[in-house]
Amino acid sequence: MLKEVIQESLPNAVFEEGGQWLNLIVENADWFKVAEQLKSSKEFLFDYLFCVSCVDWKTHLTMVYHLESLQFNQILVVKVKIADRNNPAIDSVSSLWRTAELHEREAYDLFGVRFNNHPDLRRLFLTEDWAGWPLRKDYEDAVNMIKL
Amino acid sequence: MDVKEDPKTTFPGEIHPTPGGGILVSKIDDVINWARSNSLWPLVFGTSCCAIEMMSTASAKYDWSRFGFEVARATPRQADVIIIAGTIVNKMAPVLKRLYDQMPNPKYVIAMGACATSGGPFFYNTYSVVKGADHVIPVDVYVAGCPPRPEALLHALITLQEKVKAGG
Repeated sequence: MLKEVIQESLPNAVFEEGGQWLNLIVENADWFKVAEQLKSSKEFLFDYLFCVSCVDWKTHLTMVYHLESLQFNQILVVKVKIADRNNPAIDSVSSLWRTAELHEREAYDLFGVRFNNHPDLRRLFLTEDWAGWPLRKDYEDAVNMIKL
Repeated sequence: MDVKEDPKTTFPGEIHPTPGGGILVSKIDDVINWARSNSLWPLVFGTSCCAIEMMSTASAKYDWSRFGFEVARATPRQADVIIIAGTIVNKMAPVLKRLYDQMPNPKYVIAMGACATSGGPFFYNTYSVVKGADHVIPVDVYVAGCPPRPEALLHALITLQEKVKAGG
C-alpha cells in the first residue's frame, strides 16, 4: 500500500524489503526534499520521527530515520548513505521534526556526522574538548579501552 | 540449654540469671557491631538492570526487611551501605565517589553484578565504562551474576552482616 503511494510521488524510489518495516533508500542530495514531502504531503503525513540512528560500515556511514504517521498509523524507515566517511555531511531535518535537533546532536557527538543548517550542532554526552568519535569502528582510546 | 546456637546469629553475650532479673556479660564492641549489622540502611542507588533485581529483593517476595535492610535511604548522609547496582561509567564515577564520601562512618559497599565487579560485559572495547567500581571506592562484598538473582544479593547482605559482626 504505502510502497505504491510512495512510488507514485517518487518514481525512482528504491526500496528494501523483508524487514519489519518498509525501507526507503534515499540519495544524500535528495534527502531534505524527500523529508519535506514525507512530512507534509497529504498522502503521507509522517508527522512523527521516532528514531534517528547512524551506522558505520567502515567504508561509509548510513543515517537511518524511523518515521511514523499517526494519522495513517504506518511506519517508514528511510536510509541515507553518506559516502564521504572522512568528512560526513547531510542536511538537518530539525526544521521539520524538532526532535531531530537532539538526535542529530547525538549522531554528531558519537559518529561525527555534520548536519547542514542545524541550529546548535555541538557535543551532547561527551565533553566539549573530546577528540574523536567513539562509536566509529576504528575509534581508539589507549587509556580507557581494553582491545579484544 | 542443650541446643547449640549459631554464634553468627545469636546475641553476643551471656545472661546470668539472678533473683529479680539477670546480669548481662558482654563486650561493648560486640554489642555495637551486633546492633549495627542488624540495621544496615542501604542507599537508594541503581544505575542499570541490577537495580531492578535490588527492588525485587526489597519487595514482598524476597523482603530484605527480614534481615534489617528495609530502611532504604534517599540520602547518603543517612545510609550505612551502598549497593552498587549497575554499570559505572566514567561520567558517573565522580558522582559515586561523592556519594560514598557523604556517607557517615562506618560505611560499607556491595558491588552487585558483573558490571560493578569488573565492568562485566563492557570490559572489552568500551571507552566509557569503569572496569570495576573498586577503581573508585573500596568494596566489601562482591556478587557475581548478570544480574544476580535476589537470593544472591540476600546472601551478599548476610555475608556483609557476618563481616560487621566479626568486627570488620
